[in-house]
Amino acid sequence: MPTTERPAAPAQPAVQLTLRLNGREATFAVEPDVTLLDLLRERAGLTGSKKGCDRGQCGACTVLVNGRRTLSCLALALAHAGDAITTIEGLAAGSELHPVQAAFVEHDAFQCGFCTPGQILSAVGAIAEGHARTGDEIREAMSGNLCRCGAYPNIVAAIAAVQRAR
Amino acid sequence: MSTVIEAVAVSRAVGQPLDRIDGHAKVTGAARYAADAPIAAPLHAAIVQSTIPCGRIAAIDESAARNLAGVVEVLTYRNAPRVPVLSFDFTTPVTEELAPLQSDAIAYDGQHVAVVIAETFEAARAGATLLRIGYERREAEVSLDTARTIEHPEQWFGDDAQPRRGDPERAYNAAAVRVDATYTTPEETHNPLEPSVTVAEWRDGELTVYDATQWVRGTRAVLAKSFELDEEKVRVISPFLGGGFGCKGFFWPHPLIAAMAAKVTNRPVKLVLTREQMFTSCGYRSETRQRVRIGASREGRLQAILHDVLAESSRVGMFVESAGAVTTMLYDVSNIAVTHRIARLDVPTPTAMRAPGKAPGTYALGSALDELAYACGLDPLDVLRRNDAAVDRSSGLPFSSKQLLACYERGAEAFGWSARPKAPRAWREGGELVGWGVATATYPALRSPAQARVTLSTDGLVDVASATHDLGTGMYTILAQIAADELGVDPRAIRVRIGDSSFPVAPVAGGSMSSASVGPAVQDAARRAYHEAVAIATSSGESALHGLPERDVEARDGALRSKADPSRAVTYADLVRLGGSGAIEALGSAAPGDEDERLSFYSFGAQFVEVRFDEELARLRVSRALGVFDCGRILNPKTARSQMIGGIVWGIGMAMLEETVRDPRYGAVVTNNLADYHVPVNADVPDIDVLFVEEPDLAFNSLGARGVGEIGITGVAAAIANAVYHATGVRVRDLPIVPEKLLGAGPAAG
Ligand code: FES
Ligand code: FES
Repeated sequence: MPTTERPAAPAQPAVQLTLRLNGREATFAVEPDVTLLDLLRERAGLTGSKKGCDRGQCGACTVLVNGRRTLSCLALALAHAGDAITTIEGLAAGSELHPVQAAFVEHDAFQCGFCTPGQILSAVGAIAEGHARTGDEIREAMSGNLCRCGAYPNIVAAIAAVQRAR
Repeated sequence: MSTVIEAVAVSRAVGQPLDRIDGHAKVTGAARYAADAPIAAPLHAAIVQSTIPCGRIAAIDESAARNLAGVVEVLTYRNAPRVPVLSFDFTTPVTEELAPLQSDAIAYDGQHVAVVIAETFEAARAGATLLRIGYERREAEVSLDTARTIEHPEQWFGDDAQPRRGDPERAYNAAAVRVDATYTTPEETHNPLEPSVTVAEWRDGELTVYDATQWVRGTRAVLAKSFELDEEKVRVISPFLGGGFGCKGFFWPHPLIAAMAAKVTNRPVKLVLTREQMFTSCGYRSETRQRVRIGASREGRLQAILHDVLAESSRVGMFVESAGAVTTMLYDVSNIAVTHRIARLDVPTPTAMRAPGKAPGTYALGSALDELAYACGLDPLDVLRRNDAAVDRSSGLPFSSKQLLACYERGAEAFGWSARPKAPRAWREGGELVGWGVATATYPALRSPAQARVTLSTDGLVDVASATHDLGTGMYTILAQIAADELGVDPRAIRVRIGDSSFPVAPVAGGSMSSASVGPAVQDAARRAYHEAVAIATSSGESALHGLPERDVEARDGALRSKADPSRAVTYADLVRLGGSGAIEALGSAAPGDEDERLSFYSFGAQFVEVRFDEELARLRVSRALGVFDCGRILNPKTARSQMIGGIVWGIGMAMLEETVRDPRYGAVVTNNLADYHVPVNADVPDIDVLFVEEPDLAFNSLGARGVGEIGITGVAAAIANAVYHATGVRVRDLPIVPEKLLGAGPAAG
């Protein structure tokens, strides 16, 4: 193979970005190729959101953007100026777990826990969307969140319990 | 660690369905996995992999990558630090005789050939795409169909890989009923949701790595040997794992590359494999081709089984997918021949994946027994019952404990088996064909030497430490329960620390042996701490229990108490103060003895499955599943049930979805992402019932517990295939059972 001199890719200048992150304003200097997930994990210190595939296929990176569940690995950070982002770290009210978090513990709705932040935020979103009224609806609405440990029956039980208590 | 566990109003914690003590950390995002390591401002590394299956690197052009803003270094075989090539043994568990970045040789597609190290993840990723690598390709063999190098391993992990007894050919030929069928299973990839990751940091000649590993001690040993360091100078930390299932058990090259990168740059380095790279970088389950011949009487009594297995391994590492291993012991049959042949191909090395050997093996054998039942006109469950082995026929030893018949019985009753129509394709409901299938589950009970430390301190904290792991298995919780019972304290008052190579030694978290190995070590350590506390309590003049004989003292409600007068008590915190040395610390250990010379140790189970097939929509689904298991004493029914559910979900994936497809010419994995490699999603999984037939196996260890990690997947694929046959009349002998295999085939009966 002939070796060719290639021009260096131009450095991409960082841009000022302000978000509402778990209820608080936060400002970052962000290059245009930074995803929301990498911003959260590598720059905001919020490592609760997980990277399972980095291409929108697993759901581990699910966060709430203005209340809607969103795959943060497919979202460019700069596209979310001013948006309200809720991550797993921002879900509990102080030391009190969110009902979905508490139900996940009680129903053993996880094993390794790696999919869990995404599952919980997805469940909060699905309940808010009104897509968690029956077991089959929950299964359908939660099928974008893979759980390789196979905790699915317990995830359904946990969400159904929250739904019943509402 | 704080927890949200409900109070348990019982004196004994073991056996209770306690919520996970690490549950709070996992639902709040506080649990730190390797990629979340608390290392400030690491460099980021991105790996580049070979795109040919066999040959050598001819040219590397790094200029564009090096010119990219943010890129700090590029390592290839030309400039990477030299490390020795190690061979596999049980202290240095390397999977390949091929140290990374040491030469231009390419042994498989997807081999690590370079690493780009940059200030940001984005720059590393972009830099990796700018590296230009030219290759000289040589002819490769990447398929079992064209394999020319076939080996016949004599042994695998201490077991005879070509076992025989009796005169199987003669007995088979003389049998009144014969089944001869070949079953194939594809390559499968573990795909834990957490990709493999290493964060490496050097300080003063010492190496610390946060690594997603199921074996901190094994990883430490390989890193120490590679860099020619004392093991004490290497620390491997893995407190939480996002699943492993075998692909994080042995040592793969990437932690070494991360450590090299950190050494060369003199900065901490974070290396996360991409999902695509997970398909070639840390093993997979080999494809298998299994011919099973069964000779039996008309009453379905087995007379001979011949089980011939062909699987693959690489040129640089040996792994035997020992699908015939349990065929020799699972049923009562006098004539057996099992063979394992391994094709050496230009592919990555396969490895242990949940229930290695047993998962594909129980599929083939469980399917063949179902075929035998139909050939004899018998109920498949009756054939299983009729051939139950009272002793392990492979060794002649009695089983330590075996409740398989009870599993069949309880399962049949709970599932409603007696209502099953006998003929295939005879049952329709609402436009769907319905079928039920059954198969046997089994997994050997293994144990390794292990140690643990229990420390009581003046603040009342009970600390348990061991270099074991929690892959989601519930180890944190189980160890707290065990220590709690020995010390008479609430399990919530116990802090468990695991996943650190500086803690007392524990084996790889694999082979379903962690609870059975580490549990007794924790029990031993807690007992020793208890006795030390009692000695202080009865001898110290300031103790309320001074002068009492040891036998009149008991541990209850967080303190030592007089049995006669429980209000006479001293807390552990006070005893530590009275002891005067700041802490009561005890190292415990446990190891198997010679019991396996007298007894055979296995777990068993029965898998029952219902499937439904809509012919018009070509939709096949599992609509019910029930597993009944005999695993000795269940330490925590809540987490054990989750393990079994997980195993059954894996069985559904194996039976109906999962297939790693390799390009047959060049060997590249073409399904190298989670859209093309299908793991079960929530909507694929029905409600799953799990029952335990509990008989404590005290001949195995002091807790009476055998493992629960892997048996759950065994037998599931056979039960599903058998249910599919019952529903549709089509026997699928090639996994996964996707609907197109049902459509073209046409019913074989019914
Ligand atoms: S990491 Fe975003 S979907 Fe997998
Ligand atoms: S709990 Fe492990 S992936 Fe869901």
